[in-house]
Amino acid sequence: MVKPEAMPREEITTRLRTAGYIADADIAVALQLMDMLGRPLLLEGEAGVGKTEVAKALAAIHGTQLIRLQCYEGLDLSSALYEWNYQGQLLTIRAREGLDAAAVERDIFSERFLLERPLLAAIRRTDRPVLLIDEVDRADEEFEAFLLELLSDFQVSIPELGTIKAASIPRVILTSNNTRELSDALRRRCLYHYVDFPDVERETNILRARIPGISVTLAIQIARMVESVRKQGLRKTPGVAETLDWAAALVGLDVKNLHDDPQAVHDTLRCLLKTREDRSNLTREVAERLIGKVE
Amino acid sequence: MGGASLSADDAAPAGDHVLARLTAFMQVLRDNAFAVGLKETEDAARVLGASAGARFHTLRQALKALCCTRHSDWRKFDDIFDAYWMGRGMRSATKGSSTLARTFEAPRQQRTASMSLKQLDQQQGGLGEPLQGGSGDAGSQPPSNATGRMEGASRVDSIAQTDFRKLADPDAVREAHAIAERLARRMRTRLGRRERARNKGRRIDLRATIRRNISHGGEPIALTWRQRKRKPLRLVLLLDASGSMSLYTSVFVRFMHGILDHFNDSEAFLFHTRLVHVSAAMRETDVGRALDRMSLLAQGVGGGTRIGESLATFNRWHAKSVIHSRTCVMIISDGYDTGEPDGLGAEMRQLSRHCKRIVWLNPMIGWEGYAPEARGMQAALPYIDLFAPAHTLQAIAALEPYLARL
Repeated sequence: MVKPEAMPREEITTRLRTAGYIADADIAVALQLMDMLGRPLLLEGEAGVGKTEVAKALAAIHGTQLIRLQCYEGLDLSSALYEWNYQGQLLTIRAREGLDAAAVERDIFSERFLLERPLLAAIRRTDRPVLLIDEVDRADEEFEAFLLELLSDFQVSIPELGTIKAASIPRVILTSNNTRELSDALRRRCLYHYVDFPDVERETNILRARIPGISVTLAIQIARMVESVRKQGLRKTPGVAETLDWAAALVGLDVKNLHDDPQAVHDTLRCLLKTREDRSNLTREVAERLIGKVE
Repeated sequence: MGGASLSADDAAPAGDHVLARLTAFMQVLRDNAFAVGLKETEDAARVLGASAGARFHTLRQALKALCCTRHSDWRKFDDIFDAYWMGRGMRSATKGSSTLARTFEAPRQQRTASMSLKQLDQQQGGLGEPLQGGSGDAGSQPPSNATGRMEGASRVDSIAQTDFRKLADPDAVREAHAIAERLARRMRTRLGRRERARNKGRRIDLRATIRRNISHGGEPIALTWRQRKRKPLRLVLLLDASGSMSLYTSVFVRFMHGILDHFNDSEAFLFHTRLVHVSAAMRETDVGRALDRMSLLAQGVGGGTRIGESLATFNRWHAKSVIHSRTCVMIISDGYDTGEPDGLGAEMRQLSRHCKRIVWLNPMIGWEGYAPEARGMQAALPYIDLFAPAHTLQAIAALEPYLARL
């Protein structure tokens, strides 16, 4: 296994910024370590803090493809790794009935009938793709065990074809929402980073990078407002995605300053509040008090 | 920063004493229940040798990413790191733990200024060396006040702890386990039958169908279906260990242990003024160590109760990972709450939305003339599926038929 060159930390931060991801100070260290030690990176954090974005940005800065495997309950190897194209195989068998059986068999178990799924695709590519295994906690424990094996050996054996070794070691990012406790073995295999809600400064920068035409004042106001909304103990704390939605809505309504148009602010708050309970808890009075506190 | 080449091969080998300190640090992490093994130590040494280790802050972040495996680790790592490498005492470090942000920007000089000479000395030995790739040997011993577990930090304050050691009475343990086992079997078998009857194939499994029909020449005659996987019942126990429950705590802790042993899928929590996740500690195979960890975790047992807040903690931090659609939550408490009853009601409502059943076992019901009048109890009642007395193991055993039906 050839150890790849690791990009220095400062460069990672700059490049992430160019790719539109405003990194917190420490994730660059984790990304650097990932290359240096050849370990996968496990990202945890509340929903909507931008875990998936990290993978997208990582693919962008290395100029490689992002291969994504979305995990769900009941995910099995045939949809994660590979499957044979059964219909095609059956048709071929029929079409060549009576011909040389051995040749037919060789033929139907060849590359042509192999359906590549994300994991196999990731290890067969030569340009070190970024493999994102999203919400790994939703997959079953058996799948997790298989993943562990794949992540340490980077090879897969297909009985009919033989063992396929990774052409290049992909950069692997796993994300988890903590709906189930992951196994210790998998956790130990990975580097760990807890993605927190961004602070006001970072969120302002994110807004400015992502929402074209937003003024600095409004960006800061929105970031501060969202920060105080997050402290309200809501059932669903708004994440960065919600902030972006809200900012886009305000910009779309041509709001320049939160104090100018409390009605519009109140109307658009539904971008942040996603349950009825939160909606009724954050009444107009509360919202206005929060806006009042925002400079 | 050294630039692009960070591979281990060209990194300057870290000095022996630095490695010794690093190893000792890993040991401290291990004592604090971090899952770090040889491989992690090896990688940490590489990090230290490479240029990522050249800056103190980067080193902290790098080791943090490497050694942490879960959020709880993530939160306490900085304090342990400071305590060890900066020579700060655990206790003071723990106190400042809420201000994580402080550690990010706080200039090192400022800290140095507030340090005693002795600590400075240690810092020279411990942290100065890795910067230079080191040759000296001064201060290579880890400062004695910086090791030790985080949980143990307040050991002095915990004289009033309940002594869990008396739980080890073999007869009582055996009885508790027998009841738990019987219960587990009843609740499981019932579920198994129900599930099977409901299971119909949803999709054809092509792979298996073809395999099965080889004898027909690949003609799919007998179909194989895919079935949804069965989820066995998970039991989550929340045991009130406050002062008003002290008579019963030991009985139920034994029961809890039995449940953890016999249910394939169960989790256990203790609560009093706060909530503690005790499954891992109670699953410890070595009885002595289990008791040890329990005693450490259970500081504050026998004090007041804040059921509402404990449930809030549970809903906020644990519910997502321990509750799925086939979860039965069993709360064992007398319902005497010092918190706000409204809070308890709201938390119960939220809990009832996510789990299948809530059982509340109340030891007080067994008493003559008791009615669930505690305000907290009143607030919680509407969300409870089974509200039953249990002040002894026999009482729980008597509940078997009801529990099995859940």
